[in-house]
Order: sequence, then structure tokens, then C-alpha cells
Amino acid sequence: MKMIKLTIDNQVIEVEKGTTVLEAARQAGIEIPTLCHDPRLESSLGGACRMCLVEVQGARTLSPSCTMPATEGMVVSTRSERVVQGRKVVLDLIWSRHPHDCLTCSAAGNCKLQDYSFEYGVKGSRFENPEEPEFPLDHSNKFYYYDRNKCILCGKCVRVCNELQQTHAIGMSERGFDTHVSPPFEDPLAQSKCVSCGNCVSVCPVGALVPRRTDRFRYWEVRKVRTTCSFCGVGCQMELLIKGDKIVEVAPYAGESNNNMLCVKGKFGYKFVNHEDRLKTPLIKRNGTFEEATWEEALDLVVDKLKKTKEEYGPDAVAGFSSARCTNEENYLFQKLLRAVVGTNNVDHCARLCHASTVAGLATTLGSGAMTNSNLEALKSDLILVSGSNTTESHPVIGAHIQQAKEKGAKLIVAEPREIELAKEADIFLQIKPGTNVAFFNGMMHVIIKEGLQDKEYIAARTENYEELEKIMEAYTPAKVAEICGINEDDLVKAARMYGEADRAAIYYSMGVTQHSTGTQGVMSVSNLALLCGNIGKEGAGVNPLRGQNNVQGACDMGALPGDYPGYQKVFDPKAQEKFEKAWGAKLSDKAGLTLTEVLNGLDDGSLKMLYVMGENPVVSDPDTKHVEEALRKADFIVVQDIFMSETAEFADVVLPAASFAEKDGTFTNTERRVQRVRKAIEPIGSSKPDWMILSDIMNRMGYEANYKNPGEIMDEIASVTPQYGGISFDRIEEEGLQWPCPTKDHPGTKVLHTESMSRGKGLFKPADYIESAETTDKDYPYIMTTGRILYHYHTRTMTKRVKGIDIMFPESYIEINPVTASRLELKDGDKVKVGSRRGEIVTTAKVTDKVDEDVVFMPFHFYENGANTLTQAALDPIAKIPELKVSAVRLEKA
Amino acid sequence: MENNQLTKEMYDELERFIEAIPDKENAIIAVLHKAQEICGYLPREVQEFIADKLNVPANKVYGVVTFYSYFTTVPKGKYAINVCLGTACFVRGADKIVNELEKKLDLKIGETTPDGKFSLDGLRCVGACGLAPVVMINGKVYGKIKPKEVNKILAEYND
Repeated sequence: MKMIKLTIDNQVIEVEKGTTVLEAARQAGIEIPTLCHDPRLESSLGGACRMCLVEVQGARTLSPSCTMPATEGMVVSTRSERVVQGRKVVLDLIWSRHPHDCLTCSAAGNCKLQDYSFEYGVKGSRFENPEEPEFPLDHSNKFYYYDRNKCILCGKCVRVCNELQQTHAIGMSERGFDTHVSPPFEDPLAQSKCVSCGNCVSVCPVGALVPRRTDRFRYWEVRKVRTTCSFCGVGCQMELLIKGDKIVEVAPYAGESNNNMLCVKGKFGYKFVNHEDRLKTPLIKRNGTFEEATWEEALDLVVDKLKKTKEEYGPDAVAGFSSARCTNEENYLFQKLLRAVVGTNNVDHCARLCHASTVAGLATTLGSGAMTNSNLEALKSDLILVSGSNTTESHPVIGAHIQQAKEKGAKLIVAEPREIELAKEADIFLQIKPGTNVAFFNGMMHVIIKEGLQDKEYIAARTENYEELEKIMEAYTPAKVAEICGINEDDLVKAARMYGEADRAAIYYSMGVTQHSTGTQGVMSVSNLALLCGNIGKEGAGVNPLRGQNNVQGACDMGALPGDYPGYQKVFDPKAQEKFEKAWGAKLSDKAGLTLTEVLNGLDDGSLKMLYVMGENPVVSDPDTKHVEEALRKADFIVVQDIFMSETAEFADVVLPAASFAEKDGTFTNTERRVQRVRKAIEPIGSSKPDWMILSDIMNRMGYEANYKNPGEIMDEIASVTPQYGGISFDRIEEEGLQWPCPTKDHPGTKVLHTESMSRGKGLFKPADYIESAETTDKDYPYIMTTGRILYHYHTRTMTKRVKGIDIMFPESYIEINPVTASRLELKDGDKVKVGSRRGEIVTTAKVTDKVDEDVVFMPFHFYENGANTLTQAALDPIAKIPELKVSAVRLEKA
Repeated sequence: MENNQLTKEMYDELERFIEAIPDKENAIIAVLHKAQEICGYLPREVQEFIADKLNVPANKVYGVVTFYSYFTTVPKGKYAINVCLGTACFVRGADKIVNELEKKLDLKIGETTPDGKFSLDGLRCVGACGLAPVVMINGKVYGKIKPKEVNKILAEYND
């Protein structure tokens, strides 16, 4: 990179060629005021506000420093009299069309116009127009409003919406004095393409885009606490704004994982924390009804039951569901409680339902069951293949980065049963039938091998078992695969060539690949394809499983799995067992425990007696709701530890009120393996307690010493027994999280896995034949139902249904039906429809859309009432024991 | 232009035009010109059609349409009257011509008569300053006109 020298305010500065004068000044610590600048935006499109004017020696006029490239020998003055006068005129002009209502404006204290007017002594305007028209507010969006009168036309919101978020909901309309920000055709915001991400609101320098508030506050009354978002696995960094003991707003923070962006849930979904429904005291069920109890009573009862069950039936009569929504420290303690104190490996969590097949599959082929690359590396990819992931809804910030990559020229291939948002923008969209992933990937590989596009050198040097791959792929001709997947043969060939020819090709996948009875094979097929073209261990490439929940990666890492100690050390490996027996000072079981689905069967057949559920909601999240409820009813004793009275908590004998993510310290590990801090912002609600305190308390009462002063100490213990986390401690991740593996205190963390060699040594090809889904359509159940997430809701809605705006928009379940199918069934959009499977029947609302094919229907899985999981089945993947949530045969009937 | 109905033929013609463009994403302005020529104006449906066919977001199309005064989202009259409001014409009394036309047609600049016969707009310099003030009706140029001549000119369109 060529360096150039310039002088700014008598200071000689050396910067890279291409740096703007503004950036150069900031690098030297010289602050230049800006209203329209954002370092994430294309600088050549900026220069709207003119606040950043500087004087360049030899130039006739003042120039905006944000768009002006620094050149060799340039002499710049940022604070000369002329510059100050110029900026005053700029402020004066902006003031001439801005309401003078700082006294009542809700942005006061968080307004750059106000700050600069103060700094430059601008009190009023010489250019005021008394006839300035007044425009009505746009209140249509549920989460924020737009006040055109206050807009200073800096254009940041428009550019963030178009360049970063890639939603293209708003633009600049008309020109001259009439210029304004609006959705096309002056539609209200709620009718535009707006996805309510609020990134425009976050960058608005004045009070034109403002969050809708229930609490009145002034910005100087709030304190800010940086933390990690508690929705989804992207792990966005954010600041909670706290007034008193209440979160009143959320602002994005520029962390490595999110590039200063948030989605609707992160930005506006915080209101569950202070919701009145929060559990505030322990509850004990007496004669069928819950009664408030003291912690003393509740914990005594739990400990008594644990001890008695263990004595009477043995430790394996107890099982625990840990939580992908709790911190690493809490997951660590939970599995330690089950393993070292109770003495069983019966601990699992809902990764079983999302990425158990990823953990198993990638561990087999590569040696590490996690995303190989990092969140923002999409921007470095030449090609992105998305399969089984509705990224813009389930992982919105990563979805936006994939769209940015596409706009910058990367190729995009989408293989999905639904025509999702990314599919509309893709170079090639393959609408595959649910459950045909293995055939699809095999078809891709067949073409690549046939056309000699595989990376032969890489295969020879870094992989094994290639011969078997070649043999099995032989049969997967495009014609055959097109038939199985229901796609166009030519498109498949084109997609394979495109993938095979790309230098850096990344695959992003999620539950559309994993939640099948052949889920592990699906994952290994993804891995096969990436290995075939040398895409593992390379920046901007890789296999990238997008983890669903905020800490599902961490919960797996912490050993909340029946066969794994922390760091995926196997419970049946005598060496690992010995290591942990020594570390924990307890005798441990060498028998792998039961998985989540097996635990429910165990309760059903009576072999399991007691269940401890921390922050999970299996009644809604697990397949075949009826079966789950029957099993829970049969349990002798159930403890549920949660922040709300969930559908599962209703089955409990004791309910322990837990603190939310905003009320405790700890860490979450996001989908890119980054261990990030969660910080206590407010005191626990009512008498609720952080899960780690409750668990320590129980351990102590069980006679096992657990004296942690804070979660930082727990992390130190985790680091001492978990090789991947060996170098991680709270002080190291204070500012920025570290990506595992981070084995030592001076290790910088790992952005890209498998760069030198695979974790297991060589990459293993594990080819397999396509096998049909466990359930296929027949005369009685002629449609395939698949399930998934929607943008606005999270998991089983325990949190998001308590956010008013979200609940108003999506209060109940629905089913997407193709227009042709709908007309055959005489269904109109909005009609009630009866949906039945071999497990049960529900009545829901038809959403007629050509997003789905004629023989496929889709239901979001978040809902309990008339929920999708009443219909789904527990057919399991034999390796990962993940249920086939993505494919159920159903029948439809007008209700 | 007599009838503001958009016909299938119009869309077909526009689509053929778009299909022949190699670099679609950078052809918004050319396509909008063509669309206005074909349809007479650029209502929402036409803008959405163009956005879809060019594979660009609707907000981009709408932004361009509302930025340039040449593009119109409302149907113009059968006879589109354009008064030049450029410097030369203005100095020579274009505003008086506008006033006269507004009075005679009973409308404001930018509007169309209820019967759809006349629309009145201002534009900036048609490059015939020697003839100032200039009025154009459907491409026909009238130069050096005086307010009292307005009646006579309008009478030409008395069909």
C-alpha cells in the first residue's frame, strides 16, 4: 500500500493513498465535525452536509473533507477563521429550515445539530422562511416515527438503508427545497419494504427518526452499558441505555461481529426485560396451583428431590436441559452440576434441535463443528451459496452483509424450498424440495468432478477418501438430481460451474440442512463440496453454519451435550474422564447421557424421574407437542428456571425466577466462535437471580463446594479445562471478543479455522447416497410442510411476544400456501385452514403466496397455540439425534 | 395521450425496449424517457414495472422520476403547454403569459384541465432566447408572444 504525507493543522501525517482528508485528520486525532459522515458508507457518495469543510492551501473554495482524497504534500487547515465562518453558514442554513423546539424535542442531548450549534455559537438563522410548510409525522411503523420537519437531509438514513441494510425502503425524493426522505410513491413507512431494523434511526443525527417510546427520558439522564444482543447467533454488539432501573433504548455498537448494525429484535426488542410478566419470586406447585415461595423453600425442595431421586433411582434418573440463551458460565455450571454433583451425563439443550448434526458432521469431516469463517467475511467472498437458511430473517445482520457482497459483485446462489428475499436477488435460485439437500450437493459435486473443476492439488495435499467420493457422486447426474430436487437441470449445472470456478466460495447454511433425518449427512455433504473445491481454510470461503440462538455455540462448547465435556472432550474417553474427575474432584460417569428427544421418551416410559430445565421451552420448540406434554406430565418432579412463565414452566413443580441477560455478567459465544461479554446493566427484577448464582447455590446445598465471586472466576475455570478457551479471560475480552480456538493467554484468537491443516489433520470426504425424508406425502397427507423462523419473532416467543409492536404485527401462527394450491382448496388469503398430520391437527390462517411451491407449505415454528410443532414428528437422524422438523406430510382443508 | 389508460401494447413496447438494453441497471433515465414517450406519463404502475424489469429498487426509480422536472407522474393534457421560464423569457414577461394562460384555462401551473385537453407547465430555457418569451404546445414553438395573443393561440386547438 502506497503511503503519502500531508500536513493537517501544522501536523505532518502519513496515511495510505486513497484515505480521505477527514479520515487522515481523525487518524491524527484531529476532530472534524460531520453530520452526514459514517465510516461504513461509500465516501464518494457523501459530502451532503458540508459541516466538514476544511481549507486546503491553494484551493479557491473550502472543500468537504469527507469526500476529498488526501494527496501528497497537501496542506490542510481544519480550524481557520474561514473554516469556522463556513461552518457557521452551514449551520445557519440548516437552522433556517429546522424547527426550534429543542426544549421539547426527544432527541435533545443526542443531537449533533444541537451540539454543533452550541459549539459554533449559532443561535438562530438569518435565512428563516416564516412560510415553511409543516408536514405530518409518519407514525405508521410500530417501532419508530419519522418527522420530516426535523430532517436536515444529511442522507445517512437513506444510505444506511440502501448501502448497508440493503432494504431499499427509503430514498431521496424530489429536489431543491422540496427534497425529502420518503419511501417510493410517498407510501407510509409501514407499507414500504422497511424491515424495522432501525439502523436509520440509530444514525439519524437529529430528531427526524426517533424510536417510539413508552418511557420519557432525556439523554443526559441515561447511562450506557455495552453488551451482547440476546437474540440469534450473530452476536451483535450493542449499548443498553438505562434510566434508573429500566432499559429505555438500545443503540448498536461497532463490534467485529456486527459492523454497528442491529435488526428489529436487537434494536427494539428489549422491552421484554422490564415486562410486568417477568417471574419475580420462586413458585412451588401445591395441589395443582403455583404458590409463591421463598428461595430457601424452593431450593430446599429442589435439593431434596435431587438427592432423593439420586438415592432411590440412581443418578441417571435425573436429566437436565441447559440453555442456549444463558451464558457460557451458566452452561458450564449446569453441566457440572449434572455431571459432578448429580453424577449423570443426561444433559442436553436445544442445539439438539438445530445444529446437533453440524456439531457431529463437521467434527467428523474437519474436526471442529463450528462456522469455519467469520461474520463479516461475506464481504470478501467471490461467491456465496446459501442453502437451508433464510438469512435475512433469521440472521438479519449477516443477511445484510451477504446482500452487500452481492451488490459489490459477488455471485449468489440460493438453494431453498422457499423463494426467500435472498432468492430474489440470487444469480441462480434453485427451489429444491424440502429434504433433498444431500441429492442437491451430490449433484453439484457430480458436475464439478465431471468438468474437472475440483481443486486437485488441495485434494491431494489436504484431504482423504476422495476416491470414495468420486465413486458415489458418479450416479448423481444432473438429470437425476433435477428430478429428485424438482429443479431445472441446466440451473444445477450452471450453479455447479459457478461454485467450481469461484476462487473464494463460501457456503452459508442453517436448519434447512440440519433438521432432517439425514441432517448429519446433509452437513457432511456441504463439507464435501467445500473440500472438493479447496474452500476450507481460506478467508471469504468455508462452511458457515449459522447458529440460531445467542449462545447455542457456547452451550455446545461448554459441554451441555450428553457425550461431551467442555471443549468437546468425550465422556467415554478415559483420559478426558480422568482429567475432569481431577479438575472437579468427583467421580464421573463414562456413559454418554440421553439426548433431548431421548429424555422425553425416558420420562414417557418412566425410566427418568426428574427433569431440570434451565431457560428452555421444549413444549413449544420440540416436535410433536402432544407427545412432549404427555411425557412431561409423567415426570415425578420438574424444575424450571426461566425469566417468564413459559408453556413448559406450567408443567413444573418448582419454578425458579432467573435474571435476564441485562441483569448479569457473563459471556455468549456467537456463531463465528467469538466469545463476547454480557454485562449487568440493571439489578435483577424482583427477587430473581442470575442462573449462575442459583446453580452455585444448589451445588453448595448438595454438599459440593461452588464459591464463585463472579462469572469471571467461572470463565477462568472454563479456560483451565477447555483447550479452545484456554486463553480467554474477562480482562482480555473487555473491548473486543476473541474467537476460539484461543489456547493461550497470548493467542490472538482464530478468524479462519483450518488454515494450515484441518483440526482433525486431513479433511475427510464422507460421501453418502440420498435417502428420502422419513415421512413422504401420500393420498391422505399430500403436502409437505416445512417450518422456520420469521424476522420478528425469536424461538418460542417468550421474549418477543412481550414486545408490543412485534405482537401486534405477528400475534398468531399462519401457513404459507401457493396460490394454485389455495385455489384448488378454495382458500383465500386470510381464510382459516385446518392443517392435519399424523400427530395432530390445528386451525391456522392461510397466507397465500408464491414463495412456496404448489406441493409445499410453510409454517413459522414460534407459536404454541395452533403451532407447527403439533404437526411435526420426532423421526431422528441416527447420528446426531436431531428430529426431522423440516419435513412433515400434512393435509389441508378449509376450516 | 388523449386517453390515460395504459394499454398492454404500451407495456409490451416498453418491455421490448428494456430487453434490448445490455446494461440495465444504469439505464434508468433512458428507460423513463421512453416510458413517458410511450405512456404519456409515469404513474406508479409504470415505475414499478420499470424497477422490476431493470432489477433496481423502486425507490431508485421514484427518486429519479421526482428529481427531474421533465418526468411527470400525472397525465398531461392532450395539448401540453410549456412556458419557458428561463432568464431571457422571464425578463421579457413570461410570468405574464403564465398568468394569462392560468386565467384563460382556469388552472394553476402544473395542472391539467378537467376535460384533459390542456395542461400547463413551466420549463427552463428551450434554447430559443431570441424568440423570448417562448411557449411550446406539443412541440410547436410560439415566439415573441404577448399576453393578448394567448386567446388566438388557444383557438388553434379548438377542436
